[in-house]
Amino acid sequence: MSAIYILWLRELKRYTRSRVQIIASLGQPMLYLMVLGFGLGPVFQRAGSGSYLQFVAPGVIGMTVLFSSIFSGLGLLWDRQFGFLKETLVAPVPRLQIMIGRTLGGATVAVIQGLLVTLVCVLAGFRPVKLTMVPVALVFMMLIAAVFSALGVAIGSSLQDMQGFQLIMNFLVMPIFFLSGALFPLAGLPKALALATSADPLSYGIDGMRSALLGNAHYGATIDVEVLVVVAVVLLVFGAHRFSKIEI
Amino acid sequence: MIRASHLVKTFGAFTAVNDVSFEVAEGEIFAFLGPNGAGKTTTIKMLTTMLKPTSGEMELDGLNPLEKQNEARQRFGIVFQDPSLDGDLTAAENMEIHGVLYHVPRKVRRQRTEALLKLFELWERRDEQVKKFSGGMKRRLEIARGFLHTPRILFLDEPTLGLDPQSRNQLWTHVKKINETERVTVFLTTHYMDEADRVAHRVGVIDHGKLVAQGTPKAIKEETGTESLEDAFLKLTGSTIRDESAGSADQLRQFARMWSGGRR
Repeated sequence: MSAIYILWLRELKRYTRSRVQIIASLGQPMLYLMVLGFGLGPVFQRAGSGSYLQFVAPGVIGMTVLFSSIFSGLGLLWDRQFGFLKETLVAPVPRLQIMIGRTLGGATVAVIQGLLVTLVCVLAGFRPVKLTMVPVALVFMMLIAAVFSALGVAIGSSLQDMQGFQLIMNFLVMPIFFLSGALFPLAGLPKALALATSADPLSYGIDGMRSALLGNAHYGATIDVEVLVVVAVVLLVFGAHRFSKIEI
Repeated sequence: MIRASHLVKTFGAFTAVNDVSFEVAEGEIFAFLGPNGAGKTTTIKMLTTMLKPTSGEMELDGLNPLEKQNEARQRFGIVFQDPSLDGDLTAAENMEIHGVLYHVPRKVRRQRTEALLKLFELWERRDEQVKKFSGGMKRRLEIARGFLHTPRILFLDEPTLGLDPQSRNQLWTHVKKINETERVTVFLTTHYMDEADRVAHRVGVIDHGKLVAQGTPKAIKEETGTESLEDAFLKLTGSTIRDESAGSADQLRQFARMWSGGRR
């Protein structure tokens, strides 16, 4: 247990020490929020769908948690090539504990990032419909973080070096984001796109956040939680398996 | 303390370690010498549970590291060829993580961290981030960390690579001191023959995966009829230059070193 704790703490310390990175990582969500939120606002309004800023904010929060958790898992690659991973892998500690410590650490950092962006959204004019439902949104953030930290660790354990990074970014992370309904409503989509969005775990995360923050959901909060929990468990098992196969 | 018998490791058609047997006694400093790609690091990796041997047997402090992996790991410390510190954390925090991972009780952890950092002349800078340290300081910290859990054996894989003579000298002085005070067995590899001659009680020379000589530096010099260990080494292993095939990981490492100005 203490091994899990100390590795979790390490992720947090590294995070709080990289202030520049924290600021920089807020840049992209802010761009989406401001440019799309205000840029597409009038069109969205005219289509009779209400405020686009309200609509897109949970999507932008979900995006932040997605990126942050995947990258923390991929940080494994860096640790692996340049040092620290070896130190943990020859320690007399089961690998599963090391994997859990890292994943929890990455997920915690991702949730903190998500909360920061939530704050930015509120400053930009976003208002949750019911304040009492905000903790529910936090639960969804945690679920998204768990799913994608585990995925990040699985990928980070499988790649040999940084060369595959761009590939993962373009063919996995970006599609997960764009297909999730973070930027557009899931209702009334063409069949093929609807199918693709329903296969994307992030869709359920963002749907869950919308249900908590805006009071309307496409799939419904219960289904969202069920899907996310199942996917998180599957990916954690898969990630742990990949992690146990790392050779130094 | 360390026993290897008929160790073999093959990677596909390539035999990296070919029927290597040796023993290292308790409290001994044993230097493992050999040209690039001779099988030094592969041997260390097998002894330290990082690689499974293709065949052969090993024993560390009476334990079979293949069967009792975690118990064996608890009993040795290792300093890798490449740095394995977390540069964003401080020296004290790096020690702390190591102590927790090796189940060192909190009180002992504090005492030993203080004693070791003082011995390795890093105590004053314990709260600084490691990325601000010089190459020599990082190496010292890694070795101090390797001793934290009071291992019975310390493996050092080319610990002085890239250090200036002053740092190298100082490093060996510390290692010898702990070897004497705590009776830690030291297994090291190096390319600097003068170091091996000065520090090691016994040396083993490996070439093309085979152990070609072992004994005290003096015995090896006498055997080969040479004046210095360096001459003996060249006589034993020939003077052709070895091309180590660089894997992609090595290339990336080199790339990183280039771009981080050697800080990592």
